[in-house]
Amino acid sequence: MSALLEIKSLSKAYPGVQANDSVSFEIQPGEIHALLGENGAGKSTLVKMIYGLVRPDSGEMLLHGQHFAPSKPGEARAAGVAMVFQHFSLFEAMSVAENITLGMEDAPARTELSAQIRKVSAEYGLPLDPDRLIGDLSVGERQRVEIVRCLLQNPKLLIMDEPTSVLTPQEVNTLFTTLRKLSTEGVAILYISHKLDEIKALCNSATILRGGKVVGTCVPENETARSMAEMMIGGELAMPAARDFQPGETLLELSGLSLPSLDPFGTSLKDITVTLRAGEILGVGGVAGNGQDELLLTLSGEIPVAPDMVRLKGEAIGNLGPVARRKRGLLAAPEERLGHAAVPEMSLTENAFLSGRVRNGLANRGFIQAKKRDAFADDIVKQFDVRTPSISNQAKSLSGGNLQKFVIGREVLQNPSVLVVNQPTWGVDAAAAAAIRQALRDMAEAGAAVMVISQDLDELMEMSDTFSVLAEGHLSAPQPAAGLSVEEIGLMMGATHKEAENA
Amino acid sequence: MLRLERRRQSSRIMFWTTPLIAVALTLIIGGILFAILGVNPFAAMKIIFLDPFFHETYGPYSRTQFLVKAVPLILIATGLSVGFRAGIWNIGAEGQFVMGAIAGAAVGLALYPAEGWWVLPLMAIVGALGGFLWAMIPAILKIKFNANEILVSLMLVYVSYNFLAAMVTGPLKNPDGFGFPDSRNFTDVEATTLPLLYEPLGLYTSGVVALIIVIAAYILMEKHLLGFQVKVTGQSPRAAKFSGVKPALIIAMCLGLSGALAGLAGLFEVTGPAGKLTTNFPVGYGFTAIIVAFLGRLHPIGIIIAGLLMALTYIGGELAQLVLNLPAPAIQVFQGIMLFSILAVEVFINYRLVWKKEAV
Repeated sequence: MSALLEIKSLSKAYPGVQANDSVSFEIQPGEIHALLGENGAGKSTLVKMIYGLVRPDSGEMLLHGQHFAPSKPGEARAAGVAMVFQHFSLFEAMSVAENITLGMEDAPARTELSAQIRKVSAEYGLPLDPDRLIGDLSVGERQRVEIVRCLLQNPKLLIMDEPTSVLTPQEVNTLFTTLRKLSTEGVAILYISHKLDEIKALCNSATILRGGKVVGTCVPENETARSMAEMMIGGELAMPAARDFQPGETLLELSGLSLPSLDPFGTSLKDITVTLRAGEILGVGGVAGNGQDELLLTLSGEIPVAPDMVRLKGEAIGNLGPVARRKRGLLAAPEERLGHAAVPEMSLTENAFLSGRVRNGLANRGFIQAKKRDAFADDIVKQFDVRTPSISNQAKSLSGGNLQKFVIGREVLQNPSVLVVNQPTWGVDAAAAAAIRQALRDMAEAGAAVMVISQDLDELMEMSDTFSVLAEGHLSAPQPAAGLSVEEIGLMMGATHKEAENA
Repeated sequence: MLRLERRRQSSRIMFWTTPLIAVALTLIIGGILFAILGVNPFAAMKIIFLDPFFHETYGPYSRTQFLVKAVPLILIATGLSVGFRAGIWNIGAEGQFVMGAIAGAAVGLALYPAEGWWVLPLMAIVGALGGFLWAMIPAILKIKFNANEILVSLMLVYVSYNFLAAMVTGPLKNPDGFGFPDSRNFTDVEATTLPLLYEPLGLYTSGVVALIIVIAAYILMEKHLLGFQVKVTGQSPRAAKFSGVKPALIIAMCLGLSGALAGLAGLFEVTGPAGKLTTNFPVGYGFTAIIVAFLGRLHPIGIIIAGLLMALTYIGGELAQLVLNLPAPAIQVFQGIMLFSILAVEVFINYRLVWKKEAV
C-alpha cells in the first residue's frame, strides 16, 4: 500500500528555536495517526506546514506520491487536506450554513448547501440544523460545524488539533464513532491530543515529537498512557500521591450568587451557593460556556456583584474590585493566558507586576519598585521552571505551557487564602500540567482553599477533594470526589444539562 | 520572493530606527512630489531643512520661529501620547488648545490691567483647566454612554472655533480696538506677557515648562503605576481589568491630561507669540501634534525630537513657499507623507522582511 502522505525530513526554524528538525513519517489511507508531544515539541508547526499555513525551510512532502508544497490553506484544501482547529473560527451571530459558506471557495447556493449539510451531518452521526445560529449551539455542536465544514470538501486527510478538550465524555464517544467511520472510508486522520487514553482508544499508530525531532513511534494499543507520556517527556512521570483531606475553617462563601448574562450568547449565573474551606480543593466540572468564565470574573472582582453574594472569611466583598480582593487574599487565574491573565506584548517582569503589585508591595506610593518586581518575576521563573531566555522577554514569546506555569506561579507565590483557577492546564503538556497541579495541591496542603474550574475530568478527579458541576449557570452541590467515577460524573453533567434545558 | 515574517519578539532596534526610515522615505517621496511640481528636489530639501538656520537673509528671522512652533507641538503631543498609549484617541487637542487660550485669556482680561507676578501663573492654571474641562466632555460621554471619543473630540474642535469667534466679537473684544474682532494684546502689559528667554531661537518660558512636563511624563509612563495602567489598558483591556485598572479613571485621566496640556499650550500661545485672541488664532497645532506624537513613537524623548523636526518642516515649508513659490498644500502633503511613512514602516517592529525562494 502506498502512503497517502509522506513527510521527508521537514525542518522549520523560528528565531531562537528549531521548531521542527528533519521530521519524517508517513500516513496511510484510512489510518488514524496520533501526533504526540509536549507543548513546544513542534506539533503545531508541523501540522501548519501540512495545511499550508507555514512554509518549511527544507524537506519535502509527498501526497499520493506527488510533490506537495501548499503555499496557502486553500491549496491544501484543494489537494484534500482539511483541518479542524483547536479554536473555532465561527461567527456567533450567523447561522451554521452562513458560517460554512464563509470557509468555502465557490460555495453552492444556500438551499443546496443546506441540504448537503443535513445529508453529510446525518451520515456521520453529527446532526446539525443549518439554520440555527452558532451562538445558540453548545461547544460540542460548534465543533460539529467545523468538522462538517471539512467533510463537505471530501478530504483525504483530516487534521484535528486537540478536538476533545471541550467535549463531555459522551460527546467524545460520538466524535470517535464519526472518526472511525471516516477511517473505514479511507480518510486518514492526523490526531493531536494530550489525552493519552483517548489516543490509546482511537489511534492506529503514533509519532512522538520532542524538541522538534521525532523521538519514536508506537502502536498506542500496545502502550500504557504512562509509557507514552514518558516517551514524550523523555523521563519518568511523577504521579501524585494521594492526599489526606482535613477541611479547616470556612474561607470563601458564595451565597445566591447570580449574574445576568453579559452578552447575548453568554450564560447567566443562577443562585450559586457553595463554601470553600481551608485545605480544600473544589473541582468545578462542566462543559465550557456554561458560566465558567462568568464565575471566574465574579470571583476575581472584574465583575462586581452584591456584597453579600461573596464572603471572604466572613467579610462581604462581592462589590469590591480585583485590587481590594487581592489585598484580602482572594486571587484568581483566568483561563485565557494571552490577553487576560497576561499582556502579550509586555515582558514577564511587567506581567509579574500586573497582578503581583498589591500583595507583594511592588509599588511604593504609586512608584514601581523595579528591583522588587524583577526579583518577584525571577522567583516565579525559577520556582516554576518557566523556560525563557530572560525575564525581560515578552509574554507572547513563551510557549503556552511555560506561560501557564508563569501565570499560575505568579498567583501561587502571592500566598493567597483562596485561589480560583480556570482551566489551569489547558493546552499544557503533561510535565507542566503535573507541576501546576502539584503546586496547587501544595497550596491546599498549606491551608489555602483552591477552586479549580476545568473541563478536564481526569484532572479534576486527580486533584479535587470535593466536586461539583457547573451547567447552564447552576452549580450542583459539592460531593466528596473520592469514589466518583468518571462515568458517573459524565452522566451528572449530562443530567444537569438536560434538567436545565427542560426547566 | 519577498515576504513578511512575524517576529517572535518585537524588535527593539526597529522600534527606534523606524522613525529614521520614515524620515528617509519622506525625503524620497517628498522629493518626487517636488520634482513633479517642477522644483529641484535637492534645492527644496535644502530650503526646508537647512535654510531656516543657515540662510543669510531668511535665516535670522526663520530661526526665531523654530521653538515658537516646536514648543506647543511638544507640549500637546506629550499629553496626547499618554492617551494614545491607552488606546484613547483624543483628536480634538486643537479645540482644547483654543478653549484653554480663551479661558486663560478671559482671566487675564478680567484682571486687566493688574500687575503682579501671580497673574500669568493664574492664567496658565485657568488655561490648563479650560482645556481639561473641554476634554472632559468626550471623556464623560465615553464613560457614561461609550460614545466614540474620536468623533466627539473632533467635532468639539469646530464648536470651539465658533465659540472663539463669538468671544472675540463679543465679551472678550478689545474695547479700544475700533471694533476689530480681536482681544486686547496681552503683551502690552508685563504681567500678562510670557517672558521671552532667548530670542534668536524663539525660546519662551513655555519651553522650560514643556521640558519639565516631558520629564514628568517620562517618569509617569516608565516609573509610575498610573503609566503602567495606561499601557496595559492600551495593549490588553481585559488584562487591565483583571489587574484592577478602573477604565473610567484611565479615560478621564488620559483625556483630562491631554486637554490640560493643550489648554496650557493655548494660553502660552496667546500670551506669547500670538499676543492676542483673534479668529485666526488657531493654526492647527492640535492636529499637527498628533503626527508629532506618532513620529516620536509616543515616547516623551522621541516627541521632543519629533516636535523639533516638525517645527523645522513648518518654518522650512514657509520658506519654500516664499522662495520657490510652492503652494501651501504641497507642504501639508509633505507633512502628511511623513505620518503616512511612519505608520507604514511600523510593521517592521513586529515583522521582518525575508527574501525567500520557493520552498521545495
